[in-house]
Amino acid sequence: MILLLSVMAFGLTGFAQSGTVSGVVTDALDGSTLPGATVVVKGTVQGTVTDINGNYSIRVEPNTTLVFSFVGYETQEVLTQPGSTVNIALMMSSTALEEFVVIGYGVQKKEDATGSVTAIDAKEFNQGAITSPTELVSGKVAGVQITNGGGAPGEGATIRIRGGSSLSASNDPLVVIDGVPVDNDGISGMRNPLNTINPNDIETFTVLKDASATAIYGSRASNGVLLITTKKGKEGAPVSFEYSGKISLYTVPKTIDVMDSSQFLSAMRERYPDQIGLAGYTQNGEHLYANTDWQDEIYENAFGMDHFFSASGAVAGKGILNSLPYRASLGYSDQDGVLKTDNMKRTTLAANINPSMFDDHLKINLNAKYMLVENNFANQSAIGAALQYDPTKPVYGEDDVYQERYGGYYAWLQSNGDPVEQGSANPVALIEQRDDESDVNRFIGNAQFDYKFHFLPDLRANLNLGYDYSKAEGTVFEDTTAAFAYDPTHGGGTNNYYEQEKKNELLDFYLNYTKYLEGAESRFDVMAGYSWQHFYYKDYSINSNVLMTESQTDTVDNPREYYLLSYFGRFNYTFKDRYLLTFTVRNDNTSRFSKDNRSGWFPSAALGWKISEESWLEGANALSQLKLRLGWGVTGQQNINDDYYPYMPRYTLSNQYAQYQFGNQWYYTYRPEGYNPNIKWEETTTYNIGLDYGFFDDRIYGSVEVYQRETTDLLNYIPVSALTNLTNYLLMNVGDLENRGVEFNITGRPVSTDNTFWEISFNATYNKNEITKLTTVDDPDYLGVETGGISGGVGNNIQMHSVGYPANSFFVYEQVYDDDGLPIQGMYVDRDGDGEITNADRYHYKDPAADFYFGISSRLNWKDWDFSFSGRANFGNYVYNNVESENAVYERLYRPEGPYVGNVTTSVTNTGFVNPQYLSDYYIQDGSFFRMDNISVGYTFNDLWNERSSLRLSATINNAFIITEYDGIDPEISGGIDNRIYPRPTAYVFGVNLQF
Amino acid sequence: MKKFLSIITILAGLTIAFSSCEKDLDTVPLDEDVVTPETLFEDPAAYQQFLAKLYAGLAVSGQEGPAGNGDISGIDEGFGQYLRGLWYMQELPTDEAIIAWNDQTIKDLHWHTWGTTDVFIQAFYYRVFYQISLCNEFLRETTDEKLSGRGVTGEMLDNVKEYRAEARFLRALSYWHALDHFGEYIPFGTEEDPLGDPDFFPAPHPDGAAGLFGFIESELKDVESLLADAGTNEYGRADKAAAWMLLAKIYLNAHVYVPDAGTKYTECVEYCDKIISSGAYTLAENYSHLFLADNDMQQEVIFAVNFDGNRTQTYGGTNFIIHAAVGGEMPNVYDLGADFGIAGGWGGLRATPEFVDLFPDETGTADLRGMFFTEGQTKEIENVGDFTNGYAITKWRNVTSAGVPGVSTDYPDTDFPMFRLADVYLMYAEASLNGAGDAGTGLNYVNMIRERAGADDLSSIDMDVILEERGRELYWECHRRTDLRRHGKYTGDAYIWSWKGNTQVGRSTNAKFELFPIPDADVNSNPNLDQNPNY
Repeated sequence: MILLLSVMAFGLTGFAQSGTVSGVVTDALDGSTLPGATVVVKGTVQGTVTDINGNYSIRVEPNTTLVFSFVGYETQEVLTQPGSTVNIALMMSSTALEEFVVIGYGVQKKEDATGSVTAIDAKEFNQGAITSPTELVSGKVAGVQITNGGGAPGEGATIRIRGGSSLSASNDPLVVIDGVPVDNDGISGMRNPLNTINPNDIETFTVLKDASATAIYGSRASNGVLLITTKKGKEGAPVSFEYSGKISLYTVPKTIDVMDSSQFLSAMRERYPDQIGLAGYTQNGEHLYANTDWQDEIYENAFGMDHFFSASGAVAGKGILNSLPYRASLGYSDQDGVLKTDNMKRTTLAANINPSMFDDHLKINLNAKYMLVENNFANQSAIGAALQYDPTKPVYGEDDVYQERYGGYYAWLQSNGDPVEQGSANPVALIEQRDDESDVNRFIGNAQFDYKFHFLPDLRANLNLGYDYSKAEGTVFEDTTAAFAYDPTHGGGTNNYYEQEKKNELLDFYLNYTKYLEGAESRFDVMAGYSWQHFYYKDYSINSNVLMTESQTDTVDNPREYYLLSYFGRFNYTFKDRYLLTFTVRNDNTSRFSKDNRSGWFPSAALGWKISEESWLEGANALSQLKLRLGWGVTGQQNINDDYYPYMPRYTLSNQYAQYQFGNQWYYTYRPEGYNPNIKWEETTTYNIGLDYGFFDDRIYGSVEVYQRETTDLLNYIPVSALTNLTNYLLMNVGDLENRGVEFNITGRPVSTDNTFWEISFNATYNKNEITKLTTVDDPDYLGVETGGISGGVGNNIQMHSVGYPANSFFVYEQVYDDDGLPIQGMYVDRDGDGEITNADRYHYKDPAADFYFGISSRLNWKDWDFSFSGRANFGNYVYNNVESENAVYERLYRPEGPYVGNVTTSVTNTGFVNPQYLSDYYIQDGSFFRMDNISVGYTFNDLWNERSSLRLSATINNAFIITEYDGIDPEISGGIDNRIYPRPTAYVFGVNLQF
Repeated sequence: MKKFLSIITILAGLTIAFSSCEKDLDTVPLDEDVVTPETLFEDPAAYQQFLAKLYAGLAVSGQEGPAGNGDISGIDEGFGQYLRGLWYMQELPTDEAIIAWNDQTIKDLHWHTWGTTDVFIQAFYYRVFYQISLCNEFLRETTDEKLSGRGVTGEMLDNVKEYRAEARFLRALSYWHALDHFGEYIPFGTEEDPLGDPDFFPAPHPDGAAGLFGFIESELKDVESLLADAGTNEYGRADKAAAWMLLAKIYLNAHVYVPDAGTKYTECVEYCDKIISSGAYTLAENYSHLFLADNDMQQEVIFAVNFDGNRTQTYGGTNFIIHAAVGGEMPNVYDLGADFGIAGGWGGLRATPEFVDLFPDETGTADLRGMFFTEGQTKEIENVGDFTNGYAITKWRNVTSAGVPGVSTDYPDTDFPMFRLADVYLMYAEASLNGAGDAGTGLNYVNMIRERAGADDLSSIDMDVILEERGRELYWECHRRTDLRRHGKYTGDAYIWSWKGNTQVGRSTNAKFELFPIPDADVNSNPNLDQNPNY
């Protein structure tokens, strides 16, 4: 692409002395002027900003290079002389053209990419109260689904790229932060390990989807790769500061309808007249009835605030130092949850310097990020308890027994004054009599040295040393007076302490050689490298009661580690700047497998063809780009939960509660562990076809991709033949899985004029997942592996992995309905026709993964106003309504195991069920939805006290509304089992952003 | 200078890279509680701790009590505990117990409608074979060759040899459970077979039921001389009497297991006599004391599975039996903490009305063993899911004979007497009705038990009386299914009880339910296995 640059120079002065350069900065596409563009003298901090009409003037020495930059535009450098007029037309950089994307071990021109790579940069990020980096891009990338776990502050999210490639091993993508691959596992005491990065610090978020892009990361890339790049100081930029502040109000959009006191009493009179005495409560000898809305008691409107301050700039070069850009930031947020007492405070610090030395031969990149999160976890058991607790009971009991023994909270009591052990617990007591706190420190740092050889500038050496360290400490304390932690023999209560230390050390080294052979019209780019990574974890905990009674105190100390050792290489070849070829290969070695199996090879190959560069398309002016990409690659997987030595015979010592008595002596026992000496890599082969397009100078652009991913040798936790091992389930490489899909995205700029700019983006994904093999021997009668544990009863599962069906398909009985369309309790279709309803009548019905999902977002700038929104839709995602299957049954009114009485949801009248029918397909409900993630409006005041200062005020609504036919409170549930979800709040956010 | 710096940087990188190479991948567990076999057996005390695991395999569900690091998977850890599985299999499909819960397919057990994927059956199956695998591994690790290689000599060597005999006893016990519940088509394997070999699939015993029976029999006879004398081993460990008892039990049931081989009542009497004449055991004075927190003090117990509120915790075992039996009005009528030694019940288990009718009254007046709780309960069971339907049972409790609660209200101290003298007497009496031993002695043994229970002496007994007496004496102790089968009253219509066959009045059930199916999970992972007939 040709940069449109017009430089007009008039009347050079005859004297070599300082003078003024002036001119107008405009948009190269439509000629509109650009207010607020930065103009600096290269290598200094001396500079200015264009005014409201795009005009600037600056004092310069003769032969001064000026750097023109503006957010979202390509930076330009021009050699100027005093007294000249220099008009600059900047090219918008948000088009796919001339954009560099971060890839594994390097960067690449987007136009030269052969893999499926999507980069989202800061201006496209979602707006509003955002704590976790992934929320920034939720709904923005086709093929990527981000589902947060609920409405708790800083809640974790499930990220799925093109469906899950595994059954038992991890389905999380690899996350690489500034070149440091971090582990996918959680951190104790922290809801979301990615919260380490303050979203305000992120410059771009790059998603690598197909194997030709990810295979360079080999064994950890089967589920895609997220590359997070943080903001850096820019060479030659003036010192600038930014403050950004937000305050938020969170409200609960919807609660579950349960019976109130009078509905409850009439249901009791009708169903359990003999037990009506259990309803209500006695105070001072009088029988009373409260009308407590327990959900109201546990939820509240919550507030949050977020402050962020950053400074960046560059120190001018001197001596061997060419320049020294720097950036530092400090963030603080304090967010309450809508569940009472829930809170998260986060402090983040980030600093980086990027010195460039020896005529830019050596570039050093030093990054340090530190985070402290202080959590107070509200007791989420209260959410379920609030649905089930008898509404005729008060929150507090005034009688002496409650005051003296239970902190004043009402509780179900036995005749001896002890609490009813199986009785549901007072939801307010659950929250207020439990303190669950944690402090988490995390540091991620890396030092990257990139050296361009003096004697051979085409050759680069790159060394990256990374260190990721976290330490979490937490305590859980429950009062001795908490009825739910009652223990008369040992004093009761809970007093737990836990800590976790995690270390991840990284060394990457690679050599890169680039050569353009003019005569052959060929460019080569060859890279080969080595990587060593060590992961170390240590969990330590003391679990005890309040008195720390010895017999009740259990100490756990569990250090573990694994290593990954890798060799990798990439070969890029470009012919005539239009035919592109990429090969990559990685050899990964993991300590998790035996010597014979630990080495895995992961190759990939891809072809690119820039069709629009062909001469026969020269006349097609409307077409600004067209590129075809074909890719194939193999990736691997070794991330198998917490087992670091699955191939090795081991013995495990029991804890003190699993001792055994011989005579008068108790012995700690040693158990030989089951093991699989043959465990090896799970492999995923991906095929990808992509077409990138752009029309009308990329006023409209996007891409279409079709992919197929086949996983073989699934790491699968399956039954092992009895007597052949020391367990009945073993992780074995058995089974195949397939994902197929289509992705489409389009971005258009319908309006782009002097004072109006409107961009709208849309993406759509279709993904189908199917298990193609589960056993070594093909057995058509083999049903599959049960999964999807539900609440209600013990051990009940609602899902089944079976051959020929998507993973996690619901496995249920087919409900029979009466003439009025009401389900008949216990009546199911006898699908196998044997006259009995047995397990053999269960069938596969729907699955929790969405067949189609969409994202839509829009940005509109009009004068100093900006408006944006983004939303997402899922279609064909089914949800098991466990809240109803458990709580919409009359049987729950009276619980003889207490005995006690409990509430039911009002939807019980929809079925009239008395006993639970957990496995009825009645509860498998369509969870399709559209959610408006955010709507935002902002106004910017420019030129506050100088031309570089600006102030933006904004207002945002997060989780504005959801359109769905689903009956529960929220259909967006990873895994598809709706079981008392923490309601996702609607947030009203007011923001201030000051730059100077 | 510039080049120098760069080269240093690169060299430093390469040096670190190469020095930390491949050997890093040979990791060993860092956790002190997880050790490799080589390290473990450097300390001879490990053999005893490994043996303790074999016994603990009957008592706890894994290496963390009460749950957390389970031995077997695919089921709730508490359900997968050995004794709880045995209890489910022996009691729920019979007249002695019915359960209110909605756990998976649990009610199918009472209804005789279970299928080949039933998780409770699968859990018990895998638990039994896990126990056998553990015993096999113990025997592999204690061969003469390995012991001498590790320098085990002297008294330690003698001890380990005795441990081996106990491991073989425990393996025979589990093979008996496997044969009794799953029949002859189960996989068979010993310490001679490989471990962790993906190409090895164990087949059923080549000689079928007779071969399996013969294996159990010969193993027990082999180890008899190696085990401690009756009543002399440490409490909790098996001695000669435990092996005799198991022999007596397989002989009593021999014709059920191997129909072609005929009855073995004479052999049964022979081994009952060995136990009785050893003089090591006497009937407890008070029947109820056998099921309390200090039942380890009772001279009647031949072999028990041990529990302790602080040190041996599980959601199975006596914890399950005691808690699951408490609900309804019991917390209001009793002081649960003082009277049962628990903080609350789980509201699950009751008895069928047909079982209640085995007793002369519901109050326990004419027979002290009738320990029914009737307040707020109906005798008939209209709603299986309602704890107040059917009488509750107060036999098992976590208080001592002196009325002191156990050390924890959450996990009982009460041990489970798997073998006790009263059972020996009843076995003798049953055999004596079939031409073995002395019929008068048999009647006398029955009356000794009845006298302890405050029941009237019987002047004569027959097979029906024996079955009823076994019900009265041994209910909720994991005998009922085996007893009903032996007497031909389990499936079919010879004996109908409430909810047998999934109707309140009960109905005949298919003879295929005499045996539990071999779980599909194992049939599918082992090409040498076939399903039991008619499943």
